[in-house]
Amino acid sequence: MPKVLSINPEKCTACRSCELACSIRHLGEFNPARSRIKVSIFMEEAIYLPITCTQCDQAWCARICPTFAIVRDPVTMAFTVKDEKCVGCRMCALACPFGVIVVYPDKGKAEKCDHCLSTGGDPECVKFCVPLALEYRDEDVAVKAKQKATAMKLKETYKEVTV
Amino acid sequence: MGGWTGQFLRVNLSKGVCSKEKLDPTIARDFIGGRGLASKILYNETDPKVDPLSPQNKILFATGPLTGTGATAGSRYMTVTKSPLTGAIASSNMGGYFPAEMKFAGYDLIIVEGKSEKPVYLWINNDQVEIRCAEHIWGKTVWEVEDLLKAETDEEAKFASIGPAGEKLVRFACVINDKHRGGRSGVGAVMGSKNLKAIAVRGTKGLKVARKDAFLEVVMAAMAKLKAAPVTGQGLPTYGTPIVVNIINAHGFFPTRNFQEGVFATANKISGETMRETTLIRNKACFGCPIACSRVTEVKEGPFKGVGEGPEYEALWSLGADCGIDNLEAVTKANYLCNELGMDPISVGATLACAMEMYEKGIISESDVGRSLNFGDPEALVEMTEKAGRREGFGNVLAEGALRVAQKYGHPEFFMGVKGQEFPAYDGRGAQGMALNYATSNRGACHVRGYTIAPEVFGIPLKMDPFTTEGKAAIDKAFQDITAIVDSSGLCLFLTFGIGMEEILPMLEAATGAGYNMENLLKAGERIWNLERLFNIREGFTAADDTLPKRILEEPIPAGPAQGKVARLSEMLPEYYRLRGWDEQGVPTNEKLRELGLA
Repeated sequence: MPKVLSINPEKCTACRSCELACSIRHLGEFNPARSRIKVSIFMEEAIYLPITCTQCDQAWCARICPTFAIVRDPVTMAFTVKDEKCVGCRMCALACPFGVIVVYPDKGKAEKCDHCLSTGGDPECVKFCVPLALEYRDEDVAVKAKQKATAMKLKETYKEVTV
Repeated sequence: MGGWTGQFLRVNLSKGVCSKEKLDPTIARDFIGGRGLASKILYNETDPKVDPLSPQNKILFATGPLTGTGATAGSRYMTVTKSPLTGAIASSNMGGYFPAEMKFAGYDLIIVEGKSEKPVYLWINNDQVEIRCAEHIWGKTVWEVEDLLKAETDEEAKFASIGPAGEKLVRFACVINDKHRGGRSGVGAVMGSKNLKAIAVRGTKGLKVARKDAFLEVVMAAMAKLKAAPVTGQGLPTYGTPIVVNIINAHGFFPTRNFQEGVFATANKISGETMRETTLIRNKACFGCPIACSRVTEVKEGPFKGVGEGPEYEALWSLGADCGIDNLEAVTKANYLCNELGMDPISVGATLACAMEMYEKGIISESDVGRSLNFGDPEALVEMTEKAGRREGFGNVLAEGALRVAQKYGHPEFFMGVKGQEFPAYDGRGAQGMALNYATSNRGACHVRGYTIAPEVFGIPLKMDPFTTEGKAAIDKAFQDITAIVDSSGLCLFLTFGIGMEEILPMLEAATGAGYNMENLLKAGERIWNLERLFNIREGFTAADDTLPKRILEEPIPAGPAQGKVARLSEMLPEYYRLRGWDEQGVPTNEKLRELGLA
């Protein structure tokens, strides 16, 4: 079943625990600057946005990669970077419209969110997200939940205009 | 070893020199970090009787080994110095993002000494450290400074800065992190006295823990426990600290009009419940915190319009009930002003309350103030807050703190506090454990040195009758020592509403690998408390300073659930000294000092 990392910014508290979780899982140390998920905090507007790879269906990074290092998991449909194939050419970083795949000079390999598949699955950021702004779900469940939430909002509007 | 970066930064502003030094692992283990480690360094490196606002004083920004590690609420650091408000040791605890960023830049502590000739700020970009000119931002508010410095350093940089209050040496000026987080005891004035306007930091390095898997396991367990506990899982996330307003008022020791009463009739108007319905936009967390108690708020229109964070419980009380004010919008505005100008809202409100009582009693006149100064006047609150922060007019008098205001007009009895620091939002007459804690706190009156309200009101970890003195000496000592551990580790004290030493010890040990066990860790907490005591004794403090104002000791609370109560300090203090291993004069015995390795 395809999986999604569902992000609900309304529930985010800007604690950035996801950044800590991501870095300890993939680097063995706490380092938010190297996290593959990043919370953008707009303090004045009180908006907190966790941003990470959306696992595009037609993934630009994978399509442009000259060594075919970015491969899709047939079950969850998330994209993983195969370190042994990656040459650090940065074409993926150039192609990604969201800036969520990065090559750091010390390692020289592309790094992106792969739903922790390369390290055994079960995304670490989700485990650290106490307010449940991040959830790892089957894609159809996530879609239905969003449709339901939209319907609830519309219902309120509908009530207002019909009363 | 992990947790600590093992390196600290020393900045001598007189010489304009920055140097990196190695942390002594034995001292780090014995004093943990944060409050403990910085107090040890301050004690070793400064002479007694140094003027707090002179170049000879030092100010330390000290993280703990758990700051930035992914430990639950490992967001904190302490600014430690000799206080210009009390003359005692000051350590102000703050969260936000700045402390963790310091660790990611590679520093456990920053020690600032000397004095710059001209205004400067410090720009720490990982290994690169620069002392930069700050003349263009001198006079600016904290909020302006952060925006301006972000543009000239790094979009991702984090800031600790002072506002006009720190520059003007207001005795309760604070250092503010991330625009909205400050502390008590006037540490901002010390920064101002050194002509240091701000510290900007950007860190992109990794931070290791000694035993990763064990560490993550205990963090996960702590997280689950915090989520399940009523205070940390429900109360604080939903209402923040303001949830306490109605609770303490209902217990009858919500100090009102400079402690003349214990019940504020219209407290609900400034309560967490009312805030949630009116000014609250949403909540926000400090770095790595599962609780997220901070309140992002807005006053949408009218004379008190503004956007910011807070107020917290303490500020709702000091700027509200203590000044007899139930106008939430005015209290919120005054709180924003405190953050912008860089002042501790507890001292601001409490000092104003002291002046208001003297005004109503005819001791301070309208011509002294330049306006009327009655309890309950929201315009006076906002105007005087701004003036205190800028030392304008009567604000110049208020900027000295309540003790000096009361002394100036010949009535020190109207000062409600201990060792020169104003009381926070609990009347010790209604909670005997808190009364003892106020009297013995090393930084003057303070609720977060031994928060006995936990057992006396919330029943955490066990329920104790607030009015009895029995068992209070022991609980105070235990709470004070454990709080010293929490503050020194880099954790937030609020965690202790949901977890205890059973989680804190393994977290600290797995992170550091320093060999902590329950016995030596509790000993470290006691060591830190005694070291702070030694600092104060060296400054000339004695048992005579471990006392409370006459009003709290002798005048009963006039009405409400705590009617007729006074603080029965004399029933607790001798036992407290005995349990601490101190002599009758409150001086640690040689035997105790040897036991703690402080001899």
